[in-house]
Amino acid sequence: MNIRKNIAISENGFIFNPLTGDSFTVNETGLFILRRLKEGESHETIMKALQDEFELDANSAEIDLNDFLSMLKSYQLTEYEDA
Amino acid sequence: MKMRNIAVGVTGLNNIDSPGPGIPVIRALRESSHFNVRIIGLSYESLEPGIYMHELVDKVYQLPLPTAGITLLKERLHYIHNREQIDVIIPNFDAELHNFIRIGPWLKETLGIATFLPSPDSFEERQKSELNKFGEKYGVKVPASYMISQVTELKKLEEEIDYPMMIKGRYYDAYIASSIEQATSFFYKIVAKWGYPVIVQEFISGTEVNVTALGDGEGRCIGAVPMRKLYITDKGKAWSGISLEDDQLMQIAHTIIEKSRWRGGCELEFIKTKKEEYYLLEMNPRFPAWVYLANGCGQNHVEALVKMAMGEEVKPFTRYKSGKMFIRYSFDMIVDISEFEQISTTGEMTH
Repeated sequence: MNIRKNIAISENGFIFNPLTGDSFTVNETGLFILRRLKEGESHETIMKALQDEFELDANSAEIDLNDFLSMLKSYQLTEYEDA
Repeated sequence: MKMRNIAVGVTGLNNIDSPGPGIPVIRALRESSHFNVRIIGLSYESLEPGIYMHELVDKVYQLPLPTAGITLLKERLHYIHNREQIDVIIPNFDAELHNFIRIGPWLKETLGIATFLPSPDSFEERQKSELNKFGEKYGVKVPASYMISQVTELKKLEEEIDYPMMIKGRYYDAYIASSIEQATSFFYKIVAKWGYPVIVQEFISGTEVNVTALGDGEGRCIGAVPMRKLYITDKGKAWSGISLEDDQLMQIAHTIIEKSRWRGGCELEFIKTKKEEYYLLEMNPRFPAWVYLANGCGQNHVEALVKMAMGEEVKPFTRYKSGKMFIRYSFDMIVDISEFEQISTTGEMTH
């Protein structure tokens, strides 16, 4: 899953999608994931980084990341993929 | 650069909750780096707010209603021109455009007033009732539309399109009907207000996105800015909106303007589906009331239109800023009764 290239992410977690005109705010954890997605990091790398940064076990990190990714998809912040 | 002095006649001064484009058009002209404009407001009713906006409008004249016909309109414009020496007129009402297109050659040859309007054929082919043909001709997806004049035809259409379906007037108004009972009720409502025929249209689910655009009539799109409404009034008008960055939408808009050889300003209304397909719902034959957003994004479409009307060469805009928002507000002006008296009794207002 790739994040749309033109998504603007500000330092304080304000996200603007110029394709749809939607804007969102994310917390520190969301910002942590989004920045890495934008840099093209793999889900495995991000999951590992989440575990290290927030002292999570592998299971919780995976659940949280997948939750967040499905939310990004539902808000059209990811590249369109044919179902 | 030396600014050129010109006088521009502008209609659509009804800056109300369902706003006309006149005031945004005037604001764009006031920001021109090319023209020093004197604005001649052209109104239809005495309470159009723009009549009283002295800082934006230099002088106002009332026009006969479009239904009065072109003879009266010509007489009135002749009278106004003798006093104001107008260089360009920008009509901004759907209902008056037909008359202005018809008298365009007369305005130019007899009075020397320029307009920049679509040809009668271009104007007609984008009518709501012609949408199917328009989509086919220019390769744009449009919702399936049917024109009906009898309520019994609704039942037959149930075989063609599913509920919900759109029930629309030929020029204005649209309702979503979820059953034959609702569709029937909306049919009569529209007939009572706007007459026959009624348009029954396939409902396309998605997000509404609009484009304000300008064509040169020779197959070039001079400018285009896409917008999504963020706040919509109960009349369905945008009270706030934001400019988008959407290459696919821009490509479709350019194709329509170029292939139809559109001349003048226009608004393209689309529905974008979840599958990222774009359906053209309407093409309005004039600038939208949110055209000032184009200025905010770096494209002064109104100035470019005036330049083209006056025979100047204009280069197409190549970029605009996304993420620019417009937010409307309401504002009370305090006006002395003498001003209202002046416009009501003489049909003119001198500031």
